[in-house]
Amino acid sequence: MLDANEAVASVAYRVSEVIAIYPITPSSGMAEVCDEWASAGKENIWSDVPEVVQLQSEGGVAGALHGSLQAGALSTTFTASQGLLLMIPNMYKIAGELTPFCMHVSARSLATHALSIFGDHSDVMACRQTGFAMLASNTVQEAQDLALISHAATLKCRVPFLHFFDGFRTSHEINKIQTLPNDVLDAMIDPKAIASFRANSLTPDRPTIRGTAQNPDVFFQAREAANPFYDVVAETVEEEMAKFAELTGRKYSLYEYEGPEDAEDLLIMMGSGAETAAETATYLNAQGRKTGVLKIRLYRPLDLKRLVAALPKSVRRIAVLDRCKEPGALGEPLFVEVMASIEEARQSGLLSDSFCPTVIGGRYGLGSKDFTPAMAKAVYDELNASSPKRRFTVGIVDDVSGLSLPVEADFDIEADQVIRAVFYGLGSDGTVGANKNSVKIIGEGTDNYAQGYFVYDSKKSGAVTISHLRFGPGKIRAPYLIKNAGFIGCHQAQFLEQYDVLEFAAPGAVFLLNSIYPADQVWDHLPEEVQTTMIEKQLRFYVVDAYSVAREAGMGGRINTIMQTCFFAISGVLPKEEAIAKIKEAIEKTYGKKGPEIVQKNFEAVDQTLAALQQVTVPGAVTAEFKMPPVVSSEAPDYVQRVTSVMLQNKGDSLPVSAFRPDGVWDVGTSKWEKRNIAQEIPIWDPDVCIQCNKCVQACPHAAIRSNFYDPEELADAPDCFRSVDFRAKDYPNKKFTIQVAPEDCTGCSLCVAVCPAKNKSNPREKAINMRMQEPILEEERASYDFFLKLPKPDRSTLKDDVKFTQFKEALFEYSGACAGCGETPYIKMLTQVCGDRLLMANATGCSSIYGGNLPTTPYTCNSDGRGPAWANSLFEDNAEFGLGMRVAVDHQMGIAKGMLVRLGDKLDAKLDATLVDALLNAEQSDEAGIAAQRERVVQLKSALSQMDTPESKRLLDVVDYLVEKSVWIVGGDGWAYDIGFGGVDHVLASGRNVNILVLDTEVYSNTGGQASKATPIGAIAKFASSGKQTGKKDLGLIAMNYGNVYVARVAMGAKDTQTVNAIYEAMRHPGPSLIIAYSHCIAHGYNLASGMEQQKLAVDTGAWTLYRYDPAKHESGENPLKLDSRKPKQPLYVYTDNEARFRMLKMKDPDRAKELGRLAQSFTDERYELYERLAQPFESKPKENK
Amino acid sequence: MDLTTKYLGLTLKHPLIAGASPLPDDLDKVRELEDGGIAAITMYSLFEEQITRNLIGSEAHIGAYENSFSEAASYFPEVDLLERGLENYLDQLQRVKKTVSVPIIGSLNGTREGEWVNYASLIEEAGADALELNLYFLATDFDVTATEIEDRCVGIVAKVKERLGIPLAVKLSPFFTALPHFAKRLTDAGADGLVLFNRFYQPDIDTDELDVQPMLELSHSSELRLRLRWLALLSGRLPVDLSVSGGVHTGIDLAKSLMAGADSIQMVSSLLMNSPQVIGQSLSELTHWMEEKEYKSLEELRGCLNYQHCPDPEALERANYMRVLKSFRAGSSFR
Repeated sequence: MLDANEAVASVAYRVSEVIAIYPITPSSGMAEVCDEWASAGKENIWSDVPEVVQLQSEGGVAGALHGSLQAGALSTTFTASQGLLLMIPNMYKIAGELTPFCMHVSARSLATHALSIFGDHSDVMACRQTGFAMLASNTVQEAQDLALISHAATLKCRVPFLHFFDGFRTSHEINKIQTLPNDVLDAMIDPKAIASFRANSLTPDRPTIRGTAQNPDVFFQAREAANPFYDVVAETVEEEMAKFAELTGRKYSLYEYEGPEDAEDLLIMMGSGAETAAETATYLNAQGRKTGVLKIRLYRPLDLKRLVAALPKSVRRIAVLDRCKEPGALGEPLFVEVMASIEEARQSGLLSDSFCPTVIGGRYGLGSKDFTPAMAKAVYDELNASSPKRRFTVGIVDDVSGLSLPVEADFDIEADQVIRAVFYGLGSDGTVGANKNSVKIIGEGTDNYAQGYFVYDSKKSGAVTISHLRFGPGKIRAPYLIKNAGFIGCHQAQFLEQYDVLEFAAPGAVFLLNSIYPADQVWDHLPEEVQTTMIEKQLRFYVVDAYSVAREAGMGGRINTIMQTCFFAISGVLPKEEAIAKIKEAIEKTYGKKGPEIVQKNFEAVDQTLAALQQVTVPGAVTAEFKMPPVVSSEAPDYVQRVTSVMLQNKGDSLPVSAFRPDGVWDVGTSKWEKRNIAQEIPIWDPDVCIQCNKCVQACPHAAIRSNFYDPEELADAPDCFRSVDFRAKDYPNKKFTIQVAPEDCTGCSLCVAVCPAKNKSNPREKAINMRMQEPILEEERASYDFFLKLPKPDRSTLKDDVKFTQFKEALFEYSGACAGCGETPYIKMLTQVCGDRLLMANATGCSSIYGGNLPTTPYTCNSDGRGPAWANSLFEDNAEFGLGMRVAVDHQMGIAKGMLVRLGDKLDAKLDATLVDALLNAEQSDEAGIAAQRERVVQLKSALSQMDTPESKRLLDVVDYLVEKSVWIVGGDGWAYDIGFGGVDHVLASGRNVNILVLDTEVYSNTGGQASKATPIGAIAKFASSGKQTGKKDLGLIAMNYGNVYVARVAMGAKDTQTVNAIYEAMRHPGPSLIIAYSHCIAHGYNLASGMEQQKLAVDTGAWTLYRYDPAKHESGENPLKLDSRKPKQPLYVYTDNEARFRMLKMKDPDRAKELGRLAQSFTDERYELYERLAQPFESKPKENK
Repeated sequence: MDLTTKYLGLTLKHPLIAGASPLPDDLDKVRELEDGGIAAITMYSLFEEQITRNLIGSEAHIGAYENSFSEAASYFPEVDLLERGLENYLDQLQRVKKTVSVPIIGSLNGTREGEWVNYASLIEEAGADALELNLYFLATDFDVTATEIEDRCVGIVAKVKERLGIPLAVKLSPFFTALPHFAKRLTDAGADGLVLFNRFYQPDIDTDELDVQPMLELSHSSELRLRLRWLALLSGRLPVDLSVSGGVHTGIDLAKSLMAGADSIQMVSSLLMNSPQVIGQSLSELTHWMEEKEYKSLEELRGCLNYQHCPDPEALERANYMRVLKSFRAGSSFR
């Protein structure tokens, strides 16, 4: 049982010598598994271990591949989407030089109006003109098989191959396949071809030159010389397919028709959708229709003869479905090529003139939109309409351009003997892992077939997972989500009040609920909607208290084994005894090496589960006295109620095209309407112990604990439970102070409690805030929070720029989907507090763009004046330049405004205070008061302008707001700043423009699952550095300092928050480029993030992270701009690193290497501090010049 | 001077061995100990909690994030590395065995019966020459009686001894109500040696942080006196080897221990604080003193000052006690 990523990688690895990679979803899995194999010394078919090399970007990968191939090594790579685009320039070269090479792509959408990590063919279609051959696989089995065929073919014909399959739908689908042993690979790969390849390589032993510059006299001819190679590609691939069929019994053809000989309606497709269409055609034909599917495998070169030969001549109507969009073209690529092929074939005599089918073209499946049999049927039906749409879309409701086809919701072709199960789990409860295990148990342990596909939430933690599992006696195709499940498992009872968990329950299905209520009570705790559905669908209801069983068996909160046991016990997918035996076998296998006690615990859990599982009698009538709560408050804006709330319920598929702005622009302030309620415990403030330092507010990653001070009169309407105390600040006498948690938004990370410095004198275990169970106090805290939000906020311009008072400024970044305890978000939150109302943010792709912009709800919001951060994510590699562009535009518009003010000067003066224009032009805007004053002036100016009606006054009105300074911040992680975007960062730093770069340094590629970056420190284990990173962390700060006019700061909020706050203000005010590198703890470091701020302190105390500021303003006074803000390390490095799994793991894996790298890291740290100390030496005062 | 000693059935070139400490984590230090002349080395303890805590931590802070986000099925390569607490211990034991030729004594520390038997066997399989069972726990439960605690310990020893092929030593704390009787029970249950004593780390109160701080202070020669008394009491009365641990720093300390009846003597703090030369120094100090006092062999020395020859040790103890009280005179500047 494998997914396509693993199956393809297994082939590519064994027939390659060099593997150059860069991680990108959904291809990263292929690269990761190759890296694991290489570290473990697994050999390819020539008994060598391939070399896996990570580059700084896919552009770098393509370059490295080009070099590696030219120098004679069999090379490969895996990529998708934006990464694939970055490889295009070298793809032209590799093809132009007729270099045998095969790359594997898990086809993914390209970012257009939005980014999508999901699958479609946009990326591979963008490569169709590069000269690469393109081979499409439709299933997991095909992906493995065609991977080998591609590698074999390219060596034979010298044309490079791009082998692709659907991202997620195929790349991540686990299915039962026949694997390929080494001898098959050996038989397919021709050693003579390899010898030729090497003979042709770039070597001083037989020197040649490549990459000449050719002129008009010869370029064209030399280009055309490659034609004969392309002419034989189809034939070569066919030969390899034939050889493969002989070796394995599996036959493939370039253009494979599936259907009756006399089909009249034909679908032409590539990818997993073709499988769905084929299954649908079979079903329809059984009902008397005449439908078929032509599956395109070799898309490039498109072989006209073979394509035409595969077309049944009985066909009268053809629909070509493309899984991409090419706006402005006559039609999508495959459609246009099929049209042209038919016409071409007729003109060249390959088809008779009487073969004149209607050919229509449509789009489906963009961004992994599910392509179901109902949709395939809709297309077949459209073909038979009296006048079929020439262009259409299927799978959505398009009420804007009317292109969509109607789809029969209930159409279902799934076989009865296939068991279909859908499981709802929470990310942390192990449901997906258990299901992957179940699928393996069936698929590998019995003769049955199994399929597993997993759908995840948009949130990074506390997220819902939905597993779709199929089991059956025959091969399972069905590459689409389950709509009629015979088994629904709901592993978290609270989901019943948030999602339509029983939506996919088939009539008579089994419903298993994990609930704390026993069989005789659980019914009363179900909302009306659930009871109604259960009765209507006549579901068989089972309940189990999995958390109790887990606790009693000593397994803590991991309920996965328990729920898995229940599934097997009830579903009948295997006889119960056999199923239990197999589960125990699997437990032994998975947990055996962790110790017999763990195995025993799990066995006990299995046994106790069966005892704890109870069937519930479903009453005949609904008795519920409550309904599912509304998804969003009735006070939410219209868009949130109509659109966002639908998405929040997992019903976004039903939203029509008209629900969306055509340019991808999205409203701010939506996260406040999604009340996640994921915290079991929330922090409760003890006013008597509190020293009012606001550190808890500062540390909160989600802006879910806030503080305010206000006049005592405001408390008149306060609810009784509202907590408040005298504010102890001498600048603000006679005020009250409150710290309040947002009980439904808190994630329970407890960092606020961890950083609180105040202990309760009588009970030092308690602090000024303490975690308490959320449920019993929810009502009260909700009322308190609602009241708290209505309290007036202090005037920003009076608040000091220090740690405490900065936290009284309104955070305009709240309730993001970041992990509980995230180390990045407190910095972003602080940034929005400092200048959010005049902030433009260019945000690189990465964690910060996911928690910052992943729908349905996003965390950036605006204040009561309607101002707030203007946030945009462009790409990954271009983020610094993206921000620079914003700066240039903003500056220019301010220039326009100022210029016009000067020109309009006298016309305006009459209407305004004479000094106003002058004040507008020369405003001092470096602090809140200055900004507020300028805003006031602009209001007056606008009023004056609105009384004028000239082209100039109108033009000025367009840009008048730019007279108020904007702060441009370029934000992203270390993956962007140190690696893929470094070129841009460097250029922007050198530009001298007033931009601020904030690098949220987690020292690893967090978002894509922990791959090493140049920011990863020595000795840390990461993917692609699984033996511990050998090289030292790149010093981005030192590089930036080199320019002399860049403000540089290295900060760590948990170690020295005063310095962090100062750095942000200083960077903002520095009239040139600034760079802040911020230490961010992360789940990829491997420890309880409640200790995140503590670790930051240790990082600084041990020298792993030295704090400093380089302020160019000091050049003026002749001082050394560099000042160290942390002291000489007083503890050895291991005091810090021993707490983190990313370092400790190496000790476990290879203690000697861990020791060696530990020593190396310590001396690197010592040397680095020594260097900083010297660099920060005060300058000798210059002797007075004698004139 | 022939200092050959038999301890736990092992023939040692002299009685001085390295007690359980972090030293064996570093193979270089292990070599230095052997070069310095140590007769045997005790591994650091394998704590049962370490294993379970690692597992729980790993599940909670690493496993919990697996398979929950579409872009990352995991955040680490080879996650199960963290759960290798037991394997790492066994690997290191094997490495230590390969590095030196002196006997290696494994060390197990825990409180529950559970996995003892299994871990003990694994340690034996990994090549340990003997096993030291560290029954370290503080009786904090108001409802647990002294008998229950003793029964638990005796039960563990019996169970381990059932399966164990190598000799078993039991390291005790001094806080048992009736130590001689308890020692007899342990010996009957199969203990081949008793180690006197564990050192409890007494936590201190941090008045600034309002917290209880664990304190690690290395031992002092004065602590040896507690051990000497109990050694003297037990020596020669039970068919069990006696090992002393805690407060041994000099050759004179070695002599005292031997005189009280120790079969082997463990050094820990001294080895942590000093270079391995302290081994040779202490031994030559001992030898020198023995020669001076004209002892010709260890047999002559061993146990010469134990209580075996005293008819009523309890009476002797009380008499000494009263004598000590009477002899005390407050110093002029004593507060």
